[in-house]
Amino acid sequence: MRRLKILDYAISSLWRRRFKNLSIIAVFTIMIAVLASILILTHSLRMEAKEILRDAPDVVVQRLSGGRHDLIPVSMAEAIREIPGVGEVTPRYWGYYFDALTGGNYTLIGLEGGGSPSLSMLEGGLPSAVASCAIGSGVASARQLEIGDELVLIDSRNVGVTFDIVGIFVSESDILTNDLVILSNDDLIEFFGLPDGLATDISVQVYNENEVPKVAAKIKRSFPETRPITRDEILRTYDAVFSWRGGMLLTMFFGALLAFCILAWDKATGISAEEKREIGILKAIGWGTGDVLELKFWEGIVISVTSLLLGLILAFVHVFIFDASLFASVVKGWSVLFPDFRVTPHVDLYQIFVLASLTVVPYVASTIFPSWKAAIADPEEVMRS
Amino acid sequence: MILIKARVFLAITVIQVIVLAGLFTWSMSVARARTTEEIPQKQELVQRLELTDLAIWTEARYTRHPSQADFFAPFQDGPSSLEHFPAGSVVAAPDRSRVAAADR
Repeated sequence: MRRLKILDYAISSLWRRRFKNLSIIAVFTIMIAVLASILILTHSLRMEAKEILRDAPDVVVQRLSGGRHDLIPVSMAEAIREIPGVGEVTPRYWGYYFDALTGGNYTLIGLEGGGSPSLSMLEGGLPSAVASCAIGSGVASARQLEIGDELVLIDSRNVGVTFDIVGIFVSESDILTNDLVILSNDDLIEFFGLPDGLATDISVQVYNENEVPKVAAKIKRSFPETRPITRDEILRTYDAVFSWRGGMLLTMFFGALLAFCILAWDKATGISAEEKREIGILKAIGWGTGDVLELKFWEGIVISVTSLLLGLILAFVHVFIFDASLFASVVKGWSVLFPDFRVTPHVDLYQIFVLASLTVVPYVASTIFPSWKAAIADPEEVMRS
Repeated sequence: MILIKARVFLAITVIQVIVLAGLFTWSMSVARARTTEEIPQKQELVQRLELTDLAIWTEARYTRHPSQADFFAPFQDGPSSLEHFPAGSVVAAPDRSRVAAADR
C-alpha cells in the first residue's frame, strides 16, 4: 500500500509537469519504436532468407576473368560431374536487362524444359513454347501487363523481341520473383546472343551435404579460374546483409541510441529548481532520503515503461501490419522495382530484453542520480537554492 | 476512490502488456501459418528456378545478387570509384572468411 501511495504521488508529480513529461514519453516512444523496428525487421528478414534459401544450389561455379565474373564453358560441367559425390550439374543461363521504358532492371532467367509442372506461386504456367515468358509481379505492374499480353524487350542486336506472357508470379513471392522474367534457355541464349558452348554459371548438386566444402575445394583446384560459391556462403551472406550491425541500419540504430543518450544525459546532469524545491519540502515534512529516491524511481519507471511498451507496440504494428513502410524509402535506394517487406514475423525475445534493459535501466538511473544529490543535502539549503 | 492515479497507471500498463502479448501471439500464429503454407512454396521456387538471392535491391548487380558479386564490388566499374548506389550502404559486405580459409 505504501508503494502504491508513493506511485500515486509520483504520477501526481509528473502530471504537474505534464507537457514536459508527455514530450519525453513521445520522444522516448518514437526512439524505442525505431530501434525495435530495426531489430524486428532485420531478424525477420534474416530468418526468412535462411528458410527460403535453404534449397538454393549446393554449389554455384562462376568463372572469373580479369577478376570479374565471366561466361563459363559448358564443357566444364562434364568434368565437374566426374568428381565423386557430385550429382546433377546444370549450366545456368541468366542475365540482367535494363528497361529504358520504366528505368527498372530486370533479371532474365533461362529455364530448361519449361512447361513441365507449374509452380504454386505462379498464376498461369512456365514458358513452354518459343517466345513465351513468365514474369514477376513487379515487372507486370511496371509495364501494366497481364497474362496473355505481350512483353517487348530489346535484344543484344538492338531488335525488339516479343514474348507472350503465360504466367505471372503472385505478389506473395515478390521477395524472390519481383524483377524476374523467365524464358526458355534457347530464348535467353538467343536474346543475349551468348556464344555457343558458354553459360552464365554452373550449379552443382552434391549428394552429401558434409562433402560440399570438399567438392568446392576440388573444383577450385581443378579449375583455378573458377570461384565455387557454396549454399552455406549464400546463407551467411544474408546473415551479414540483415545483421543489425551492418550498413545504414546500423547508422539508424546508433542515431536513435545517440538521441536516447542525449535525453538520459540531460536528465542525469541536473534537475530543475522546482524539482529541487519539491525534494526539499518533502524532506522538511518528514520524508526520508530512501522515500525520495523511491519516488524518483517510480517517476522513472512510469515514463520509461510506458514509452517502452508503446514503442514496442508501434514497432510491431509498423513492421508486421504496415510492412515497415517508413523504412522502405531509406532502404529502397535507387531500385525502381522494390518489393514490399511482407516478412514472416519472427521476434527474438533476447533482442527485446536487451532493448528494454538498454533503455529502461539507464533512464531510471539518470532520474534517480541527480535527485539523490538533492535528497542528501540539507532541506533548507535545497529550498533556498 | 483513493489512489486513483496509481490504479489508472497500472490499468493502462496492464492493457499495454495485453496488447503487446496479443501482437506477439498473433505474430507467432502468422509465422506458423506462413511457415507451413508459404515457405514451402517459396522453397519450391528457389529449387525450380535455382535462385541464389532475394530480389530486393535491383539497382546494381552486386546489390541484386550480393552472394554472387565479384570480390571487389562495388568498385567493379572503375578501380578508384567509390560506392555510388544507396543500397550499397544498407548491404553489408559478404562474409568471405571461410572461403579464404578454404583457399589457403
